[in-house]
Amino acid sequence: MARNVTNQRKLINTVLAWGIGLLIFFPILWTILTSFKSEATAIADPPVFLFFDWTLDNYRVVQERSDYMRFLWNSVIIAGGSTLLGIIVAVPAAWSMAFVPSARTKDILLWMLSTKMLPAVGVLYPIYLIFIKMGLLDSRVGLTVVLMLINLPIIIWMLYTYFREIPGEILEAARMDGASLKEEILYVLTPMAVPGIASTVLLNIILAWNEAFWTLNLTAAKAAPLTAFIASYSSPEGLFYAKLSAASTMAIAPILILGWFSQKQLVRGLTFGAVK
Amino acid sequence: MGQITLQQVTKNFGDVQVIPPLDLTIEDGEFTVFVGPSGCGKSTLLRLIAGLEDITSGTILIDGADATAISPAKRGLAMVFQSYALYPHMSVRKNIAFPMRMAGVDKAEQDRRIEQAATALNLTDYLDRRPGQLSGGQRQRVAIGRAIVREPAAFLFDEPLSNLDAALRVGMRLEISELHKRLKTTMIYVTHDQVEAMTMADKIVVLRAGNIEQVGSPLDLYRAPRNVFVAGFIGSPKMNLIEGPEAAKHDAHTIGVRPEHIDVVETDGQWQGRVGVAEHLGSDTFFHVHDTGLAEMLTVRVAGEVNLRHGDTIHLNPRADQIHRFDDKGLRIQ
Repeated sequence: MARNVTNQRKLINTVLAWGIGLLIFFPILWTILTSFKSEATAIADPPVFLFFDWTLDNYRVVQERSDYMRFLWNSVIIAGGSTLLGIIVAVPAAWSMAFVPSARTKDILLWMLSTKMLPAVGVLYPIYLIFIKMGLLDSRVGLTVVLMLINLPIIIWMLYTYFREIPGEILEAARMDGASLKEEILYVLTPMAVPGIASTVLLNIILAWNEAFWTLNLTAAKAAPLTAFIASYSSPEGLFYAKLSAASTMAIAPILILGWFSQKQLVRGLTFGAVK
Repeated sequence: MGQITLQQVTKNFGDVQVIPPLDLTIEDGEFTVFVGPSGCGKSTLLRLIAGLEDITSGTILIDGADATAISPAKRGLAMVFQSYALYPHMSVRKNIAFPMRMAGVDKAEQDRRIEQAATALNLTDYLDRRPGQLSGGQRQRVAIGRAIVREPAAFLFDEPLSNLDAALRVGMRLEISELHKRLKTTMIYVTHDQVEAMTMADKIVVLRAGNIEQVGSPLDLYRAPRNVFVAGFIGSPKMNLIEGPEAAKHDAHTIGVRPEHIDVVETDGQWQGRVGVAEHLGSDTFFHVHDTGLAEMLTVRVAGEVNLRHGDTIHLNPRADQIHRFDDKGLRIQ
């Protein structure tokens, strides 16, 4: 009997999980489907699900109207650059908090996280002014630095949680073996934390790739990444749902593929510490 | 060379003083064991010598040179940790090579020393494995190998055997002792196990609450414990400590008699009691004796087999020349 109940539970859980999964995925699926419709079908009422005349027109038009590759390249540079920069800053920071904590370490961690609770728009004005003064508006360098700063608390938190799992004695052994601080971090800590660093990198690339607030406000044309590419198709002058969907699909495709291939790493990264 | 001198060394953790001012000299080539109950500060003391913890005040000299402010990497000491602390992402070979790589030893010399250490420690077949694929004893050997190749001024061992099972522990104990005989390098060894201390040490340092209770050779400590604490800590089974009128007979506050210094006699013993648990080991017999009126329980060790069972009356004679006397402060009376 007991076994029956368990199986029944399992079934319910599976159905629930699939249901929730599909619910979350539905908007993305709908966007992808819409990108293959004509503008008229896209706004048809009642909506058409699968049975319509599939067309690649939207993709052709989007390609003609804007240079997808330029936006893609900007996205790659900004997301990749801010992540790399973030890791370089965060590894030593997380090292010191995990292995030589002070009385204030917990406070600093919380304070860092609290900056994420601040609505971004609250600091838009000062940052915008700084950008004007420094001539960073619409530059990839400026955007890379801002996105690095925005995501730094999360990177440090994740690495800190990972590093905490590494026994301190191993680092002490490295110190006894004559390793300098740099060598200790480079040859012992970092290789041991590779899985943790990998999932942190992945999550951060995704966050930076999808970041829209700062990328839209601080760029115009030169440094605009894919978020701006999507936004350029949501115009108030007319309804271009199908083209907007095509642009969105093209923008999310690279990150979706990356996410799909690295989902194991991601799940491990996100549940690390909670489920060991 | 590896003489280590501590002068007025103290250590505070916050407001708590774990090591009150302490002086100690460890001679070059000596095998010194720090022993004491858990929390006595023995590991902290080792970590202070290693440089993994900063001392609060005082001076540490290594071969006469002030090493107080020198980083652990530069003190020329090698450490073997309780958890072995091997680098899990490196092969055994790379683990052993790591300190030499850090010191910039050239490749040919590295290989020569790895080969030598691996042969001495029976690790030749495992050089290309990762630590995760080794047994506890093998891991311990790798940790020792990693320490040896540095050719350090002194080896520091922090409870290196406590993660091994009993049989392996005895084997590794011998190996470490043999290693010391061969290398003749200074070794400082921390343990809570007084048997390890007695069997391995040239010099034992007994610690309690950060204080040195006694320093001496194993037999000095066995024959003439300076106070009641050392008397009770060194020796297995523990020394019997007796207070009250029986001690007063010897002009002492407390007297101590080791279990092996009490003879079992047929009749008319000075002391008598009732046998509680009797442990018959064949080579020895241990009796736990109750109702003697002296202490709650006396332990008696007799060579060979003695046919007394639970509940029997037992007659005992302590050997007069083996009675240790202590005053009301617990200090030995000469």
